[in-house]
Amino acid sequence: MSNSGPIVPALISGILFGAGLVISGMTDPTKVIGFLDLLNGWDPTLAFVLAGATGSHMIARQLLKDKIPEKFESAKESKESVDNTLIIGSVMFGMGWGLGGYCPGPALTAVIPAMGTTLVFTISMLVGMAIYRWTQNRATASI
Amino acid sequence: MLTLEEALIATGGGVLIGISATILLAFNGRVAGISGILEGILPPSDENTRWRAVFLVGMIATGLAMAPVLPDAFIDVNRPIWLVTVAGLLVGIGTRMSNGCTSGHGVCGMAMFSKRSFVAVGVFLTTGILTATIAGQILGGV
Repeated sequence: MSNSGPIVPALISGILFGAGLVISGMTDPTKVIGFLDLLNGWDPTLAFVLAGATGSHMIARQLLKDKIPEKFESAKESKESVDNTLIIGSVMFGMGWGLGGYCPGPALTAVIPAMGTTLVFTISMLVGMAIYRWTQNRATASI
Repeated sequence: MLTLEEALIATGGGVLIGISATILLAFNGRVAGISGILEGILPPSDENTRWRAVFLVGMIATGLAMAPVLPDAFIDVNRPIWLVTVAGLLVGIGTRMSNGCTSGHGVCGMAMFSKRSFVAVGVFLTTGILTATIAGQILGGV
């Protein structure tokens, strides 16, 4: 369990992430679809949220990178090259995002308060993740 | 159109997400990618299951706690159940295939200037815009 990581920062991080999504309106799928659908009264909210999140994290990374290089090392990407699975996966994700108005974070944050289609979406998403992992395990096992 | 106040609130909510990702990086040495964290708690469990589960509990509990205060922030989408089911499957398979979603590639990946993440965001944003715009023309706005 040496690599398990501390629990308290993980909890605080989860709380802040959820709070940020709720406050910025991203747990409301109509705001997300309102951003992606250009022809039904465009809602630019999502662009401000993404800019705030990415921009602040980018600045924080620059301030911290020489202080805690070992943390940056363990959080590095596993792959560096752009390949077909990246493109195909991103196309599939984009289609699902545009149809349902949810990406994984907002769906989870909203899953208990919005119990209807949000719950259906979240369960389907988990099933999709399990299906992909199963196909990967099978592919590895057959080599 | 958005008022200045709404734009500031949206940006502030975004900054909370950026701080969240920074805490997870600084203390756990991990990327705050929700699809990866969620997929990681599916069995079998390993040494990372515990912090991932705790992160997700914090996130879900926060949604639950804020619902009475901001009920308008939580509404179901008025799309047919079959379409929502397909959407969930696509998001689940797609995010694991591409190793990231809006948080992993969008927030964390772009902040670390990852080429893969910029490509992923470009592709899922373009596809999302095309899909939502076409769906809006066929099914009406949400």
